[in-house]
Amino acid sequence: MDAIVVDGLEKRYKGVQALDGVSFSVREGEVFGLLGPNGAGKSTTVRILATLSRMDAGRAEVAGHDVRRQASAVRRAIGYVPQDSGIDQNGTGRENLMLQGRVQGMGGRELRDRVSGLLEFVGIADAADRVVKTYSGGMRRRLDIALGLVHRPRVLFLDEPTTGLDPEARAGMWAEVGRLARQERLTILLTTHYLEEADELADRLAIVSRGQIVVEGTPRELKATLRGDAVHLELADGRMDDARRILERVGASPEGTGEGRTLVSRVENGNRALPGILSALEQEGIGVESVSLSRPSLDDVYLHYTGRDFAAEDRGEA
Amino acid sequence: MTVLRHTWYMVVRQARNLMREPIWIVLLLVQPMVWLVLYGQLFKNVTHLGGFGTTSYVTFLAPAIVVMNSFFGATWSGMGMIYDLDHKFVERVLATPASRFAIVLSQIVRSALTAAIQAVIILVVALALGVRVHTGGAGWVIVILAAILVNSAFAGISQGIALLTRREATMIALANFIGLPLLFVSTTLLARSQMPHWMRVAAHGNPMDWGVRAAREVVLPGTSWGTVGLYLVFLLVLSAATALWATWCFRAYERTL
Repeated sequence: MDAIVVDGLEKRYKGVQALDGVSFSVREGEVFGLLGPNGAGKSTTVRILATLSRMDAGRAEVAGHDVRRQASAVRRAIGYVPQDSGIDQNGTGRENLMLQGRVQGMGGRELRDRVSGLLEFVGIADAADRVVKTYSGGMRRRLDIALGLVHRPRVLFLDEPTTGLDPEARAGMWAEVGRLARQERLTILLTTHYLEEADELADRLAIVSRGQIVVEGTPRELKATLRGDAVHLELADGRMDDARRILERVGASPEGTGEGRTLVSRVENGNRALPGILSALEQEGIGVESVSLSRPSLDDVYLHYTGRDFAAEDRGEA
Repeated sequence: MTVLRHTWYMVVRQARNLMREPIWIVLLLVQPMVWLVLYGQLFKNVTHLGGFGTTSYVTFLAPAIVVMNSFFGATWSGMGMIYDLDHKFVERVLATPASRFAIVLSQIVRSALTAAIQAVIILVVALALGVRVHTGGAGWVIVILAAILVNSAFAGISQGIALLTRREATMIALANFIGLPLLFVSTTLLARSQMPHWMRVAAHGNPMDWGVRAAREVVLPGTSWGTVGLYLVFLLVLSAATALWATWCFRAYERTL
């Protein structure tokens, strides 16, 4: 049974094609990651699934309800934790949670107990009756998640859950999301532009780039499609095309260009291939500034499927 | 029913937030008194011109100040909506089954409740200044009602503008642009017979003046309940219309998401 089905989603914003035929599905109880650089269309996808934005074309179902035609049923079934939290900062944590529960149709003792329980669960019970203005970034994010959980949704959307958090708070959040997936038997759709976050949290993930899904699979599967090791060569001068030619000759054709003057090749066994590559370049007088070998990472997966460097694209340099 | 329940939850939230800003409470309480005292002193002798229905200018002025104050409050009420839009509070609520109408209505109700509280304060201060409401307790109720209705009528417009522009600077400019002209094209400060002819005619179409007349009618002797009822019904219809318009503006905002 699929908790989320997305089929051919399209959306234009002010003349820009934000989504250009996005399709994927998420099984019940799964943590599914949408991974991509800033502006790839992840948040737009989640906003459509959370019934905030309307799609221009396509079809989407969440928890068995059509997003367009059964919006209120979807709203009852989901918890949405947006990127810009939308907490009422002049209210206390408890007040925020109570209001959220009430508009979800809860009330009375049941709601009060649920709210107290959640405040404990996300670890902000001590600050429950302080106004949110006084909270740290990590505490606000925890409250955000609690707000998404008040009415015991079946599907939880986490839009960039750790953006803007310091490393410690991020690690805490990862533990939290992992715990949620196990204990609350939730289906979680999370978006992130951190490769290591997707690797750590997602059971399966889809890489999004420029409004399209580039590839989909488990982090293992995706990395396994890249056989062998990645060789990153940073050239001393800009003779990229010459270097490319030579690499092709020695059987290490570059898959793409990394940051700056870096070429990335994939070889069966990096340790064995490296001496040959370096001497071939040296013979042609091409200086190598630095070289590194790496086991396949999601960075490499992104480069492999899009031909672009993830970090550069994320900063909007593409 | 859901609309009313959700409106109530959201009004409670806004009222509680307001209570947490002591400076706001002080301003809300003191400002109307400043109007009453300053204007009352400045124009004290104007009743000699005749046509005021009383020799006490402050008696003439008090019900009008109640309405004027609620009118000014209403022109700013959209700022609350802009704050909630800016802080993405509205978006978070939109991802829940919360009533959409309640989101708009709660802003208007909060604004009108503030106006009602201020009305009571002004009336109490006026009482201390020697103002006697000719029709007694019923008159107090009518004055407060007029303040509530004028406020909700203009709050609807203010909410609509907030939702269409979504910018504080535009809101402030518009509030200033409509505020003072509507004040002067009304019988708030001056008797009708002392106004230039064209202003008298124009005042008929000024909803704030409808409120001023209804409120003043019950304070001064010679009350015509028919007149009072008519103006209050006008204001009620207008309030409903502007609330609907604001809801339409909310839908327009939703389509931009």
